Amino acid sequence: MRWLAVKDLQILRRSPLLLVVLVVYSLGLGVAVGLSRGSGPAKPRVAVVNEIPADSSSFQLGNEKIDANKYAAQLFESIDPIRVKTPAEAIAKVRSGDALGALIVPADIPQKLQGTINLSGGAPPSVDFYYEGDNPLKTRYVRSAVSSRIADANRVLSQKIVGVAARYLGYILHGGQFSVLGQTFDVLGLDNADRIVRAVEATLPANAAQRAGLDRVASFARLAADNLDLSNQLLSTIGQPIRVNEHVLGAAKGSDDAYTFAIALSIPLMFVCVLLGAGLLALEREEHVFGRLVRGLVSGTGIIVEKTGIAAGLGALASVLTLAVLVIIGSDVAAAHLLVALIMIVLGGLAFGALGVALGAAARDVRTASLLGVLLLLPIAVIGLIPVGLASPGLYDAIRVVSGFFPFRVVLNGLDEALRGDAIGVRLAHLAALAAAYGVAARLALRRFA
Amino acid sequence: MITATLGAERVTRRFGERVALRDVSFSANRGERLAIIGPNGAGKTTLLSILAGIQRPDEGRVTHPPEAVGWVPQQAAVYSKLSVRENLRLFARLERVGDIAAAVDRMLDLTALRDRAGDEVGKLSGGNRQRVNIAVGLLAEPDVLLLDEPSTALDPRQRELLWDFISALAAAGTTVVFSTHNVGEAERYADRVLVLADGELLFDGAPGELVGEERDFEAAFVRFLHERGH
Repeated sequence: MRWLAVKDLQILRRSPLLLVVLVVYSLGLGVAVGLSRGSGPAKPRVAVVNEIPADSSSFQLGNEKIDANKYAAQLFESIDPIRVKTPAEAIAKVRSGDALGALIVPADIPQKLQGTINLSGGAPPSVDFYYEGDNPLKTRYVRSAVSSRIADANRVLSQKIVGVAARYLGYILHGGQFSVLGQTFDVLGLDNADRIVRAVEATLPANAAQRAGLDRVASFARLAADNLDLSNQLLSTIGQPIRVNEHVLGAAKGSDDAYTFAIALSIPLMFVCVLLGAGLLALEREEHVFGRLVRGLVSGTGIIVEKTGIAAGLGALASVLTLAVLVIIGSDVAAAHLLVALIMIVLGGLAFGALGVALGAAARDVRTASLLGVLLLLPIAVIGLIPVGLASPGLYDAIRVVSGFFPFRVVLNGLDEALRGDAIGVRLAHLAALAAAYGVAARLALRRFA
Repeated sequence: MITATLGAERVTRRFGERVALRDVSFSANRGERLAIIGPNGAGKTTLLSILAGIQRPDEGRVTHPPEAVGWVPQQAAVYSKLSVRENLRLFARLERVGDIAAAVDRMLDLTALRDRAGDEVGKLSGGNRQRVNIAVGLLAEPDVLLLDEPSTALDPRQRELLWDFISALAAAGTTVVFSTHNVGEAERYADRVLVLADGELLFDGAPGELVGEERDFEAAFVRFLHERGH
């Protein structure tokens, strides 16, 4: 058994590509999982504009002065704020992908809070929140993440308001002493008023004319005390002193189905093209035919172009069939946009096919090529689906750079844009560059075949 | 008049530091059967690959274009999922053969595989697969046929059929160059032998010249190598 194990290790040592793939793959996955766990999006990155002037950030609640900035700071603690000066800057951060959303705290928040507390009417205080609506996964995450942070701040503020209001209600109900502007006041309270009135009433003769009036005052005091006692519960229902005005950037245009369609089309396109391209080229070597072909029958470049073309053609066919089924089931995508998406599918197929052929050129046989393909495609698909802001800044930047070397994310975003009716020229150029680069890599790797 | 149809002039091939072939020169005439023999790692397959145009020499040159040569590699270089006929038709098209149907029919008759024409190559015996392999090499009716250890996977009866087939080709004017580990086959079926060892051409002549006083060709071959330090 020992010698069998030694033999297995020797064979593994002689398959450096497989060994490197297995080790690097496991290591890469582990590091990616570790990074995402250790530096994940516990605090979403949000561009923040706080327009509340420092000298007028307070509002009066009873005899207490409350600083709105104190609560804003509390809100900022639970996000990863990127402080900017203007709303335009904040929105630009969202559009560039540097921030998950933009939170604008307007200058009039303290005045509006004061108006709400004084029941003086007018618009309720609100903050503006902007986020990209280009990706349903991201949209859902952004809304839940930031809404929950704002709800936290609202709860703390609401507890403060309820606490102060309840204390004043206590004075009205039960009486007591409190200070305003350095002066101490002794408040009688409704309970005491009732008791005093009843006591005075008891000293009057049974048929005294004042009894009816005193009776009415005592009844009012009792009724008011009984009903105001319920006010604490009513106050506690003030849960949302600040409202959030949500503004979605870039989602209004085009189809709601676009992103779903883009995912449904990109994944089969990628798997069919890459695995087919890799398998077709590796088969030439496995069947020992490669040497026969390149001795004047077909050029190495010709072989790469042929395999890439077949892989792209069949992958595109699979995507087009998927698209047809999706359209038949029902969709709001415009017909003209579908035609543009077809261009993206074809060019995406060529880039995926060239990637597959490059893998096939690096592998010795069809099984290794397929394994290599699957090992590569799964993480590419996973990282390609991670929206901006769902990973820590460093990890996301790394993902963005890595994704740029593979066609999946380009095709996914390109299809989404094509189906929405956006321009896709840059994406097409990116795919053409990737297809050419993989073609060159495959051509270089083919030298090993001979 | 004897005409040289194949030649190599001072061919050298290196793989990194290792010299696989060093200054190898020879020529072969029309209808001649030339055997390349030598110990393992002598450079036989490398020389054939260069003659076939699969590899390029680092130095020196071959005197014929690759398309003038039919190539039969050691392992059957055909598509196992295609039938015999489909393989022949495919390679005839790639070789730009004029009358494809006629060429395929000719090869099916030549290799006696007409009754297996519709069978997938992957389901054929090793001998029949080798026949398809040779047929592909002959599709374009080349002046020269290069075979890399053609009898390795065959049983004695199939080997006999193969050599009869190759001898018939040579008799019809095709120059046949083959490598083999079986020196007995070289003695029996070659008009001339080239002995390679460590990339050097040590002998170029008729088998009888190598035998000399010895009766046994294999013993003479081993002695020859031993005397030259191999």
